[in-house]
Amino acid sequence: MASKFVASNRTGWLMAGPAALVILSFVIIPFVFAIIFSFTNQRLVSPNPAEFTGLSNYRQLLGMSVLTLDPVKDAAGAVTMAANGTPEYPSLRSYTRNNPDYPNLEGMREWFSFSWGEARTYVLARDVVFLTAVINTFIFVILVAPLQGGIALCLALLINQRLRGINVFRAIYFMPVVVSIVVVSLLWRFIYDGDSGLLNNLLGAVSFGAIPKIDWLGNAHTALGSIIAMSIWQAVGFHMVIWLSGLQTISPTLYEAAAIEGSSSWQTFRYITWPGLRNTAILVLVVITMQAFGLFSQIDVMTKGGPLDSTQTIVFQAIQRGYGKQDISGGSAISVVLFVIVLSVSLIQRWLTREKA
Amino acid sequence: MAAITLKGLKKSYGQAHVIKGVDIDIEDGEFVVFVGPSGCGKSTLLRMIAGLEDISDGTLTIGGKVMNDLPPKDRGVAMVFQSYAIFPHMTVRENVAFGLTISGASKEEKETKVAEAARILQMEHLMDRRPSQLSGGQRQRVAIGRAIVRKPQVFLFDEPLSNLDAALRMDMRMEIGKLHKALGATMVYVTHDQVEAMTLADKIVVLKDGLVQQIGSPMELYHHPANAFVAGFLGSPGMNFLEVDVKEVNGDRATVSNAALDPVTLTARHPGIKAGGKARLGLRPQYLSPDADAGAGVLHGKIALTERLGSETIVEAVTTDGKPLIVALARDAVFEIGTPISLRFDPETAHLFAL
Repeated sequence: MASKFVASNRTGWLMAGPAALVILSFVIIPFVFAIIFSFTNQRLVSPNPAEFTGLSNYRQLLGMSVLTLDPVKDAAGAVTMAANGTPEYPSLRSYTRNNPDYPNLEGMREWFSFSWGEARTYVLARDVVFLTAVINTFIFVILVAPLQGGIALCLALLINQRLRGINVFRAIYFMPVVVSIVVVSLLWRFIYDGDSGLLNNLLGAVSFGAIPKIDWLGNAHTALGSIIAMSIWQAVGFHMVIWLSGLQTISPTLYEAAAIEGSSSWQTFRYITWPGLRNTAILVLVVITMQAFGLFSQIDVMTKGGPLDSTQTIVFQAIQRGYGKQDISGGSAISVVLFVIVLSVSLIQRWLTREKA
Repeated sequence: MAAITLKGLKKSYGQAHVIKGVDIDIEDGEFVVFVGPSGCGKSTLLRMIAGLEDISDGTLTIGGKVMNDLPPKDRGVAMVFQSYAIFPHMTVRENVAFGLTISGASKEEKETKVAEAARILQMEHLMDRRPSQLSGGQRQRVAIGRAIVRKPQVFLFDEPLSNLDAALRMDMRMEIGKLHKALGATMVYVTHDQVEAMTLADKIVVLKDGLVQQIGSPMELYHHPANAFVAGFLGSPGMNFLEVDVKEVNGDRATVSNAALDPVTLTARHPGIKAGGKARLGLRPQYLSPDADAGAGVLHGKIALTERLGSETIVEAVTTDGKPLIVALARDAVFEIGTPISLRFDPETAHLFAL
């Protein structure tokens, strides 16, 4: 027997049906499959059936270890110096490859290292590229969220005026949003070009040739920064519109009251505008953060993760594993890790911005 | 001293002329009410005094200084808005202290002044609440608190009671009246409610279509309206107007009549009344009575409807030529609908306006 809820809403269910079906097949089922696959050794195309492998995909991704080594000493107990004048340490490979005393380090590689007195501490990881991708993604989010949100707010404040032709400015700022990110990325590849790129020419012109030509996307120091700058530019118009809608919900009489009380522009922003934008600010912050964690298209079009893994990101890694290397279970595990990260960050943001009673 | 003078004040938005040359003198400490129907320009005029609207032409002075181009904060005015305009994210205390906060007053100064404002407005118990936890009347109290805390020389009220229910409106009206007595500041008050105007004002300015119709004390306007518009706007229920034939004019005396009105001679205070022409006779409902000794003027009609309010009775009559006529009797009386009635009035209480 159908419940009353189902029966009395037949028309409603019929109307919602197509959308529900699409959501089910393209969101819910893939999501469930990703979780299931991440615990198996499923390949994208393989004649062998998948086997349940427990947490091995996650161990492979997140496995880390710390190893502290003392410098190599000669018979007299003095530290042996390498040719460049730094102390010499035993070879890492002697620990991470076929060393029965350190089975937990088997197959690991150096992620980074630092010195503490004489000894040198090595942080080893099973998947250095993935961890680099995690760090890069966090750098991207931490820079893009405040900068994009802040610039969008400034633009919104500028265009929230009754001026002749203000709609032209609104349209200009919004234009990059309606252009596909792939097209934008392709165009910016020309701008960032190392030889005859627009940016190099511009910098050369304003500095009369003092600034040397930089291969913005080909240099490990500038590639991520270049992608961050371009990404901020591309979506800033979208968030500007959200800020603008928030600004327009603030009653004009509040501004009039503030003006009569003698409030300066900054005080008006501080006491009227910003508190009035509270909910908008939370929305913008959460949306930018979530979008930024999904960084992929720009990387795929502009750098493919390089140079020297300096622009690897979590989603790019997931796609590369899953489809490039046909390791769909590894890619799924990355997706699940990303899901947990984004969920945690969102919950933290919600907690930090909660309505204080 | 904060006398306000408006001289030839004009306001236009492109081709639309909203204020068409207004001259008003407001003395220091006076309570002036701008009253008129909606769209008459009264709020615009107030906002021009506040500095929220530009002045297209003319001169505005406050305390002897020309204010035309000064920003609102330099005019020494405080304003209370119809929508309260209190800041939703601040407590009542922060709202009241706002003007002091932004001018960088010390903590002690803020505390004393806010406490004083809270005492005057009897809202000490509300100080830590947020605006969303307040009723409409309490919110308006907060807005008034924010206005008085800076001790401005001029208070501007823009329909402050329009969003309140009737009972609360009367309370707040009295509070504002008391506040004026206590502070002795100049107050300019905009309303479309003639009761507020009559009860609060030292001086009423009646506006219509961006022009001043009449300026004067409430009783002056009530008893000696300058034209039919002012006469009809003030007083409740509104004045009855009848079209009459002018039989004879003798100096300032005129004899008028129509199908329902027996010939009566009264004082014609307004120009343009000519023998043989038509005129408009204005009769306040309170000055009409069915009593035989009520006066020399006699109107004939019949009862159409009565409303008994206990202390007064409102009678709607229809004259023999089919025009509605409202009578307000200051006593409880019973009338049967449809019965013929003769209504009398003292000719000296009637107003004769040119058509």
